[in-house]
Amino acid sequence: MTDERIDPLEGRDPMMIAERSFSSRLIVGTGKYRSHEETVEAIRASGAEMVTVAVRRVDLDASKQESLLHHLRPEEFFLLPNTAGCFTADDAIRYARLGREAGLSSWVKLEVIGDQETLLPDTEALLEATRVLTAEGFTVLPYTNDDLITALRLEEAGAAAVMPLASPIGSGLGLLNPLNIRLLKSRLSVPVIVDAGVGTASDACLTMEQGVDGILMNTALAAAERPELMASAMRLAVRAGRAAYLAGRMPTREWAVPSSPSTGMLD
Amino acid sequence: MKVEVNGTSREFVAGGSVLALLVELEIDPRMVVVERNRGIVRRDDLDRVQVEDGDRFEIVQFVGGG
Repeated sequence: MTDERIDPLEGRDPMMIAERSFSSRLIVGTGKYRSHEETVEAIRASGAEMVTVAVRRVDLDASKQESLLHHLRPEEFFLLPNTAGCFTADDAIRYARLGREAGLSSWVKLEVIGDQETLLPDTEALLEATRVLTAEGFTVLPYTNDDLITALRLEEAGAAAVMPLASPIGSGLGLLNPLNIRLLKSRLSVPVIVDAGVGTASDACLTMEQGVDGILMNTALAAAERPELMASAMRLAVRAGRAAYLAGRMPTREWAVPSSPSTGMLD
Repeated sequence: MKVEVNGTSREFVAGGSVLALLVELEIDPRMVVVERNRGIVRRDDLDRVQVEDGDRFEIVQFVGGG
């Protein structure tokens, strides 16, 4: 698989965020798998280096259960704590601080949810939390909608990357607005990571073809019938989409153009 | 004395440290973060910080999430 005729980008196209280099442009979540073993098998198959985790209360009645951390070794994966489930800036800041203490870095995937039904972000609270956490030295990766103005404000507030959704969290609807995503990418200096909504490999490929820096996904893998195989498909799709973007696609036309010579035909 | 851990009230001996509380709860301190009355107790300080009557603890860990 390392044959460069098969994948000329192998090892040569790192994703850069806050001056740190990641070997894969695919970031994966660890939620909703059937077991820790299945989680790790899928993550390995995805090739992802950065992996998100949530912060929750220890179940005191089952504290001897094996922790997820036993399976996600820090030498193998870069753990990115999230603030999923937080509805206010204060809560998100509190979870971010706990995540920093639990982990080995001050990176955070910042979520401040504004609505339970759609899980769309509360952009005002998101901006506030981004400012506070950036000032505390965090590397903040905020999950946001695909609105350009919010994305620009997040960049101004110190976000290390901006993570717009493809479609609602867990929906699997794929990339609903490629135009907005391209617009964000063209206007932001920080990396753009599409987060949420990707359902299958073609969604991931199409998303990467827009020129974004990476994709974060969870449910598309965890809710597949065979997570490990889907993770593998996603790894290839992200690489394929990235390569197609870098290759520069042909222009589209609304009429046919022959591929074979029009000269040299028999009389 | 009474303390609250993860929303549940429980008895704990006076004079014990936060580390002793974790030991009693059979929790590996390397796997969790402890918040005491809304402030994080650094892992290095777990054996130095004394539990006081009425303290409220949140003990959290990393779990699967997206």
